[in-house]
Amino acid sequence: MSATILEEKACCTSAGPCSSEAPDWIASARAEAWRLYDSLPNPARTDEAWRFATLSGLLSPQECLHAGPALSKESGEELVRRSRGVERVAGRMVFGNDRLLARSGQELARLGVIWLPLLEAARQHPDLVQSHLLKTPAALGSAKFAALHLSQLKAGTFLYVPRGVEVDLPLETHHWLESGACFPHTLVVAEEGSRVTLMDYFQSVDRNGKGLACGVNDLVLAPGASVTHVSVQEWGRNVTGFHIGSAALSRGARSASLQVHLGGRRMRSESISRLCGEGARSDMLSVSVADGTQEYDQRTLQVHEARNTSSDLLYKNSLDDTARTVFAGLIRVEPGAHQTDAYQKVRNLLLSGEAEANSAPGLEIEADDVRCSHGATTGEVDAAELFYLLSRGIPRQEAYKLIVHGFLEEVLERLARPDLTARLSERVYAKFDAKAGSAR
Amino acid sequence: MNDTSTIDIDRSVGDFSYPEQHEFDAGYGLSRKTVEYISQVKGEPDWIRDFRLRALDVFERKPMPTSWASRDLNAIEFEKIRYYLAHGQKAKRSWEEVPEDVKRTFERLGIPEQERKFLAGVEAQFDSEAVYSNIKKAVGDQGVIFVGSTEGLIKHPEIFRKWFGKVIPTGDNKFSALNSAVFSGGSFIYVPPGVKVKHPLQAYFRINAENFGQFERTLIIADEGSEVMYMEGCTAPKFETATLHSAVVELVAMKGAKIQYVTVQNWSANVFNLVTKRAVAHEEAEVKWIDCNIGSRLTMKYPGVVLKGRKARGEVISIALAGDGQHQDTGAKMIHAADETTSNIVSKSISVGEGRASYRGLVHVPKHLKGCRNNTECDALLINSKSRTDTYPAITVRGSGNAVQHEASVSQISAEQIFYMQQRGLTEGQAMSLSVNGFVNDLVRQFPMEYSVELKRLIDMEMEGSVG
Repeated sequence: MSATILEEKACCTSAGPCSSEAPDWIASARAEAWRLYDSLPNPARTDEAWRFATLSGLLSPQECLHAGPALSKESGEELVRRSRGVERVAGRMVFGNDRLLARSGQELARLGVIWLPLLEAARQHPDLVQSHLLKTPAALGSAKFAALHLSQLKAGTFLYVPRGVEVDLPLETHHWLESGACFPHTLVVAEEGSRVTLMDYFQSVDRNGKGLACGVNDLVLAPGASVTHVSVQEWGRNVTGFHIGSAALSRGARSASLQVHLGGRRMRSESISRLCGEGARSDMLSVSVADGTQEYDQRTLQVHEARNTSSDLLYKNSLDDTARTVFAGLIRVEPGAHQTDAYQKVRNLLLSGEAEANSAPGLEIEADDVRCSHGATTGEVDAAELFYLLSRGIPRQEAYKLIVHGFLEEVLERLARPDLTARLSERVYAKFDAKAGSAR
Repeated sequence: MNDTSTIDIDRSVGDFSYPEQHEFDAGYGLSRKTVEYISQVKGEPDWIRDFRLRALDVFERKPMPTSWASRDLNAIEFEKIRYYLAHGQKAKRSWEEVPEDVKRTFERLGIPEQERKFLAGVEAQFDSEAVYSNIKKAVGDQGVIFVGSTEGLIKHPEIFRKWFGKVIPTGDNKFSALNSAVFSGGSFIYVPPGVKVKHPLQAYFRINAENFGQFERTLIIADEGSEVMYMEGCTAPKFETATLHSAVVELVAMKGAKIQYVTVQNWSANVFNLVTKRAVAHEEAEVKWIDCNIGSRLTMKYPGVVLKGRKARGEVISIALAGDGQHQDTGAKMIHAADETTSNIVSKSISVGEGRASYRGLVHVPKHLKGCRNNTECDALLINSKSRTDTYPAITVRGSGNAVQHEASVSQISAEQIFYMQQRGLTEGQAMSLSVNGFVNDLVRQFPMEYSVELKRLIDMEMEGSVG
């Protein structure tokens, strides 16, 4: 997969690391990452980490690493207008083709909060950024793509919340892909006892847009910190996506991360929660609505390294047409991590006779005083539920919609943030409505 | 729990051996010569010799499955193993004719006694070949065939050849290829249409020699509407060196037939037990694997059922006990290949001391099937703080109209429960064994009576030593 990077002036003109202006340490990290990317083999059929995944066309030639051109002023402004998340936010950043288009929330600086584009943060706070950047290795199979990401690193956000600061309103990042490849990065560092919510939106300018998206998000939580992270993936229907996420939790920290997958052609997502301090708790949530020929491939790892930690994973997929999903998750309890309470559940709802759901929930337990369990179910819409709704005079199509909504809503509600849940519901259901409008 | 000392069950029952007096010995190591020697002394037809030689090529080509399996497999030294050891190739029909030391071995293991009490037929294998094989006259008169694999392929080629190597092809995995190259012993059973064999048929596998590999091959065909239960037990003395046991077991249940296959595996802790077991269930047939793994150093065994006919049913009931130095890597495979097929997997494992129990499962429902159901439950119990358990299921479902559910849990014995029982006057050891028995009780009850009593006793004995 030795791909070529072609980009106008500021960036690379031949295959290699991104050369846009950055502090020296980032430039050398990019170069090293490029060498690593180049040397690592492509995923192979025999790799357990890629079991079930469709490997052919993982990166097809047209998705070679052409970084897209800078957007015109008009289209940039248009995208900023279209960047709508929740009504009230503490700050917002908008990127188009990996370039910053707009930002708000500078007043957060008064609280000591650092809310900056990643490269700017790297210039202003080199030690802070360097000590946290990409510190959790991509251990679930995508080391090659994590290396690719770092080699092209330039867009994304850095959010630092100092000790004891609680940011009530959510922060938002919008990444737009017009063409080519993009490499969005999110790094959140929450100091002791702080609290913050960050929403990442990933979209293509054109609903049927193509390209490559290869993003990373890392959450670092000091003792007692609380972070909610939501990513809404609505890449164009011809985008190939990789997303590698992690959360590292110290004593008593809490994280909740929710992924919503609606777009893309193929999406590979990897999430790791590391519970490193006593009393830490991580909630890992996901909602995927796959239709057409979409393939969502999700890999997760819950590592319990300290005593008395808990993690709870709930992933739900609704599959229509010939869509495919893969869920492969592992709960790992390290020796000595007693009083672990870990749960993992994946549920697949098949709406067509052609869709395919693969589930591989795993457990590896090396401590005895634990409570760990997992479950996986795959089924269709319950005939009795459907009959009940039909007998109440609800049209079949509407009844299906209600049942699927009910199925997915449970995950969104687990955020315990009614303001966010309502907005996310709309986006999820818009996909159903668009589909219902066009066919069925 | 409180105690980290090893809890071990009484494996001494099988831990004895007699001096070797083999007339036939293929020597150490594996080559074309070894395979040709085995084929020649067994007087096999050419097609079997060619089958073996092709399998040897496949074995040599295939890599060790260490990309997903335990690296302990690399400890097997194939060149230090003896692949064929036998007194003779023909099993005796009465115990009187069996050589004295071999007979004593099986008497110590209680086989002739069990045969008299409740079995329809027995085959006793000593190293590479069966030394005794007999079926009750009444059962034989119904047309039931119960012989060794070599006798089966020579005397009943018309049935044998049709199914041999069809359920588990040579290239299924490295160890099925190894077995296909050097197989010897095992049973061939054919049950004619409509015949219901009331009492179980039993095979007992005994390894006596050091540095030895046992590669039995079993093929059971239950014709339309017939029923049969097959039980196998196994033991070996504990040697310092590694012993290899690598069997291939193929079951064919024709329309409406029922097969139950019961295994109680109690190999000594130096045995690598790498077994491939699979069944094909035709229309409305039922296959049930009841699998209990107590012994061995490393067991890798995932009994499977290919549900080929409409309304076929497959079931795996699995109990595994992993103590110090043991890894029980067991599980099940259910391949749904017809409408309205159902499968059920229940697995319970207990990890004691530094033992490791793993569940590995595969459930596959391909496209365009309707009304398929699978239920999987895996429960693991951890006794000590260094015990380990893993669960690795893989489930693929294509298309609506099917329902699959998997659940697994890991827990320990509740301290409260133990405290409660101690208050009622039980010792901690008694309380532990009661708890463990309670954990596996519903599965143990599915074993034939004689086995379930034995299993309960084993667990009791084990827990007696667990706390002090």
